Amino acid sequence: MSENAIISVKHLSKTFGSNQVLKDVDFEVHEGDVTCIIGASGSGKSTLLRCINLLEKPSGGEIQFHGQQIGGHGFDPCAYRAKVGMCFQSFNLFNNMSVLANCIAGPMKVQKKSREEAEKLAMNYLEKVGMAPYINAKPRQLSGGQKQRVAIARALAMQPEVLLFDEPTSALDPQMVGEVLSVMRTLAKEGLTMIVVTHEMAFARDVSTHVVYMADGVICEEGTPEEIFEHPKEERTREFLERFTNR
Amino acid sequence: MTTLPEGFIPKILFILETYSQSFMQGIGYTMLIALVSTFIGCVIGLAVGIVQTIPTDKTENAAKHYILMVIKFILNAYVEIFRGTPMMIQAAFIYYGLPYVFGINLGMLPAAFLIVSINTGAYMAETVRGGILSIDPGQTEGAMAIGMNHFQTMTSVILPQALRNIMPQIGNNLIINIKDTCVLTIIGVTELTYATRSATGAYYTFFEAYTIAMVFYFILTFICSRILRVIEKKMDGPENFALAMDDAIVLGEGTYKYHGNPIETNHDVREFKRGEALKKQAGNGGER
Repeated sequence: MSENAIISVKHLSKTFGSNQVLKDVDFEVHEGDVTCIIGASGSGKSTLLRCINLLEKPSGGEIQFHGQQIGGHGFDPCAYRAKVGMCFQSFNLFNNMSVLANCIAGPMKVQKKSREEAEKLAMNYLEKVGMAPYINAKPRQLSGGQKQRVAIARALAMQPEVLLFDEPTSALDPQMVGEVLSVMRTLAKEGLTMIVVTHEMAFARDVSTHVVYMADGVICEEGTPEEIFEHPKEERTREFLERFTNR
Repeated sequence: MTTLPEGFIPKILFILETYSQSFMQGIGYTMLIALVSTFIGCVIGLAVGIVQTIPTDKTENAAKHYILMVIKFILNAYVEIFRGTPMMIQAAFIYYGLPYVFGINLGMLPAAFLIVSINTGAYMAETVRGGILSIDPGQTEGAMAIGMNHFQTMTSVILPQALRNIMPQIGNNLIINIKDTCVLTIIGVTELTYATRSATGAYYTFFEAYTIAMVFYFILTFICSRILRVIEKKMDGPENFALAMDDAIVLGEGTYKYHGNPIETNHDVREFKRGEALKKQAGNGGER
C-alpha cells in the first residue's frame, strides 16, 4: 500500500438484494493516474464507480480518500463528492438551467464562490471543452456530444481531485464519440486524475496509465495498458479483448 | 319595486341591471377567494409534497428517520381526510365548529380562505409529489455528484422543473376553486352563487339568474385558463434557438467529414441528377 494513493478501495463488496454485484474488489488510484475500467456489461464496473462516489452505498469493505475512510459515521458525503467529480452516461445536465448556469451552480451553491469567480472558472473550462459559444443554450438545444462536454466542464468547474467517468460515450452516436474522447484525452495529458469506465478500447489502450479488467464483480486482471492489451495473462481477459478487436 | 318585464332577454337585462352591484361583489369575492386560496394551497401543497419525498434511511440517522415517519404520517392523514370529504361539509364543520370547540370566531372571509386553501393544499400535495417523482433521477444524481445536499438539489434543480410540469395542474386547481367557492354559500360568503341566489329570490327568476351566473363563471374560468397558458409559454422560453455554429471540436478527431450535400443522399435526387448528367453527356457527344 503506497502512501500517496488518492483513492484506495479495499475488499469492497456490493449486493442488490440477493444479487452480488461486487465481490472483494481492491484497487488504488494515484495522483495523475488515468485508470480505465473495462469489462463486459454487468461485470460491476459502473457499480464500482458509483460506490466510489457514494451514489451507491457499499455493502462491505471500505473506500479511503487520502487515507481517510469515507462513508463512516459523521462523514459528510456532500463535501466529499465536491472533491470527486463525476460524468454520467446520460449526462444529467440540469434541464432547467443554461449551459453557463449548469457550470456555476456547483461552485456558487456548494463552494460558496462569488458569481464573478464562478463564471470566470466556468468560462475557462467551457472554453477548454469548446462549448464557450453555447453558454446561453439550454441542454435540450445541444447534441449528445455537446451535452457530455458541458457535463465535463461542469464537473471540472468544481476543480475536483479525481474525475470519474461512467461510460461517457456509450449514449452517443459514433460521430460524437470522437469529440468527447478528444476532450478527455486533453484532460489526461494535463495530468488530471481520472477513473474511466469505458467500452472504448482504443482510448483505454492509448490514453490510460492503468487498465483494470473486471468480470463477474471481481477484478480479473490489472496492469499497464501494454500488459493488458499486448500480453494479457488471464484467459478471460484474452477472450474479452479478442471479441473487441475482431469486430 | 319596478315590475318584471316579459321575455327571456329582457328579464336577464332587468336582473343584471337591478343586481349589478351584488353580482360584481360576488365575482370579486369569488376571484379573491379562488386566487388567494389557490396560492396558499400551492404553498401548502409544495411544503407537504417536499416533506413526503424526503428520502429516509433508517441506518444513517435513526432519530431523524422516526421523526420524519411521524411527520409523514400526520401529513398523509391531512391529505386523505381533506381529499376524502366534501368541501361543503368541511366548510360547515370548520366554520361552525371552531367557535364551538375552540372558542375561535373566524370571520366569514378568513374561514373561506382557510377552507379552500387547505383543500387545495391536500390535492396539490399529491400533485407536487407526482411532479417531483416525475423528474428523472439522473437530475438528482447530477446534483449530488457536484456536492449538493438534498435541500440545494430540491430548490435549484428538482423543484423548478417539477413546478413547470405541474403548472397545468395548478391551473386546474385555480379553475376548480373558482367554481367550488359556490359551496361557501353554506357559511354565508357573498360570492357569485350567493349573489345569484339573492337575485332569484325576489322575482322567482331562477332560469334567468342562473344563466347569468353560468356565463359569468365561464368567462372567469376561461380568462384564467388563457392567462395560465401564456404563463406556461413564458416559462418554456423561446422555442427556437439560434445555435452558434463555430464549434471547433465537432467533426474533430475520431470523426470523418461528410463532404456531400446531405440532400443528395436522397435517392430521388440522386436519380434525377444522374438523368441530368446522362442527358448532358448525350448532348455533348452529339456536338462532338
